[in-house]
Amino acid sequence: MKEPNKFQRNWALIKKYKTAYALMAPFMIIFLTFTVLPVFISIALSFTRYSVLQAPVFIGFANYRNLFVNDEVFSFAVKNTVIFALVTGPIGYALSFFASWAINDLNKYLKGILTFIFYVPTISGTVYTIWGIIFSGDMYGFINSSLMRFGIITEPIQWFTTDKYVLMLIIAVQLWMSMGTGFLAMRAGASTVDVQYYEAAAIDGVKNRLQEVFYITIPLMAPHLMTAAVLQITAMFANTAVSMNLAGFPSTNYSGHLIMTHMLDYSVYRVERGYACTIAVLLFIFMITINRLVLRGLRKVGG
Amino acid sequence: MMRRFRLNDAPKRNRKTYGDFMMLIIIGILAAFSFVPLLMSVNMSLKPINELFYYPPRIFAEHPTFDNFRMLFNLMKTTWVPFERYAFNTVFTAVITTAGHVLLASMAAYPMAKLKIPLMKLFNTLILMSLMFVAAINDIANYLTISSFGWLNTYWAVIIPNMGSALGLFIMKNFMTTIPDTLIESARIDGCSEGGIYWKIVMPMSKPAWLTVVILMFQQIWSQNNSQYVYDEQLKTLPYALTQITSGGMVRIGAAQAVGVLMLIVPAAIFMFNQTRIINTMAYSGIKE
Repeated sequence: MKEPNKFQRNWALIKKYKTAYALMAPFMIIFLTFTVLPVFISIALSFTRYSVLQAPVFIGFANYRNLFVNDEVFSFAVKNTVIFALVTGPIGYALSFFASWAINDLNKYLKGILTFIFYVPTISGTVYTIWGIIFSGDMYGFINSSLMRFGIITEPIQWFTTDKYVLMLIIAVQLWMSMGTGFLAMRAGASTVDVQYYEAAAIDGVKNRLQEVFYITIPLMAPHLMTAAVLQITAMFANTAVSMNLAGFPSTNYSGHLIMTHMLDYSVYRVERGYACTIAVLLFIFMITINRLVLRGLRKVGG
Repeated sequence: MMRRFRLNDAPKRNRKTYGDFMMLIIIGILAAFSFVPLLMSVNMSLKPINELFYYPPRIFAEHPTFDNFRMLFNLMKTTWVPFERYAFNTVFTAVITTAGHVLLASMAAYPMAKLKIPLMKLFNTLILMSLMFVAAINDIANYLTISSFGWLNTYWAVIIPNMGSALGLFIMKNFMTTIPDTLIESARIDGCSEGGIYWKIVMPMSKPAWLTVVILMFQQIWSQNNSQYVYDEQLKTLPYALTQITSGGMVRIGAAQAVGVLMLIVPAAIFMFNQTRIINTMAYSGIKE
């Protein structure tokens, strides 16, 4: 008798476990239809001119050429996004790590209260608009009025409409909202590190907190650090509301313009959806690449 | 032996007291950065109208009132779609989406966590990949799909796509890998079907995981604005209605903060009472490869 080949073996397994596949089917159909398929639809649409009212027209690489050669605003968006990501990403991640690690040693009430305080801004819906009042451009703004009272400035600063402040403020608000599900994963990760490891390490000559973090906490938390990185990087890019509602849309001289808002501009407002898909495809590649690189780095940390 | 109250519960290791102290200070500053804006928002919502325009502005309301909330409820009466309808839409969407998502995702999570059968590796990779990009980049394509299914302007436009969200599956799947294989194997020998194993063994054992997913999903849908796919005023949700009626200028900045506070109460309370369970579940959320 002939040995069954790989395909036949797999087919036998599929038949044997057909109930398992049936269990998976409803979720997988929805997931594939609304998460995987759209990536391919977007790639296809990125080669077309498509304004919803008319059927898409194939135009080859024209969208890509326009984006890179003619679209000046896109270059602003790229510059801002890179700065935004380079600052918010590492700092937000470090803050989450520090917070989850530092509060791990506290008693359970403080731990609970602090976790709540750090997490709540991420589920706060529209509460972030308070930042618009704190940095309000008139003298009733909290920051302006304080600065004026101490004589640091003589007239109110238009925080959210002055080029040089906008990106900085968006970054600050984003940091405020950065301790989301990723933070919870890290917080959980820190609590899974067995205290015995620390005690053993203390005997083996680990002298201080810093050595403890690098030799024990981080390697043992590596799986959670990876999950947190993925969740935080994604959440960072997803948050367009802060830029659009606080700095205005479009913001002054595109100072708060990000690649995400650029895409929304073309998909929602200008209804040039082929072009918007081109931006979506680039964002897709951009985000997957960053995540892969970060994961590769963290995997090394985990040993 | 007398037990003193200590901030620090951990057994003493090679640590300096001033280090503990420094850590507390830094964590205090971070907590203030996180908490003060929330505090300000709550106080803004409690300020009577004249205090909203004090110079210099104050963080705390001197004479806290519920005027802003009252104004909000009065404004709600003036909308031609009754306010109860918006509230119903939000609760209905959130409950159906959450229930459907947890059921379908847990059904898919069990085989992915426990069975070594074809295609599982591919699905695992796809799920992990999908966590790496923002769902919003799929909106244009999904608009096409949803309209071709005839779901535009229905609840389903929001409910169905969210049922297939990857994070819930990821969390439950990782939790389920910790269920001992021997338990599942013995049930199989006793003649239990895969469906029976899922329902009678895996689901009861992964209760903390799916309760966590219920909470995370509910939070997400609760604050979601569905106006992208829904045009009828009668089908729109609370976040949309509330931001609409408070966008009317300076006088309503107190009411706008009241909206934020009102919308925050539900998810914040749910999180507060379930924090331990969520953290315990997230302990299994690590990426292992």
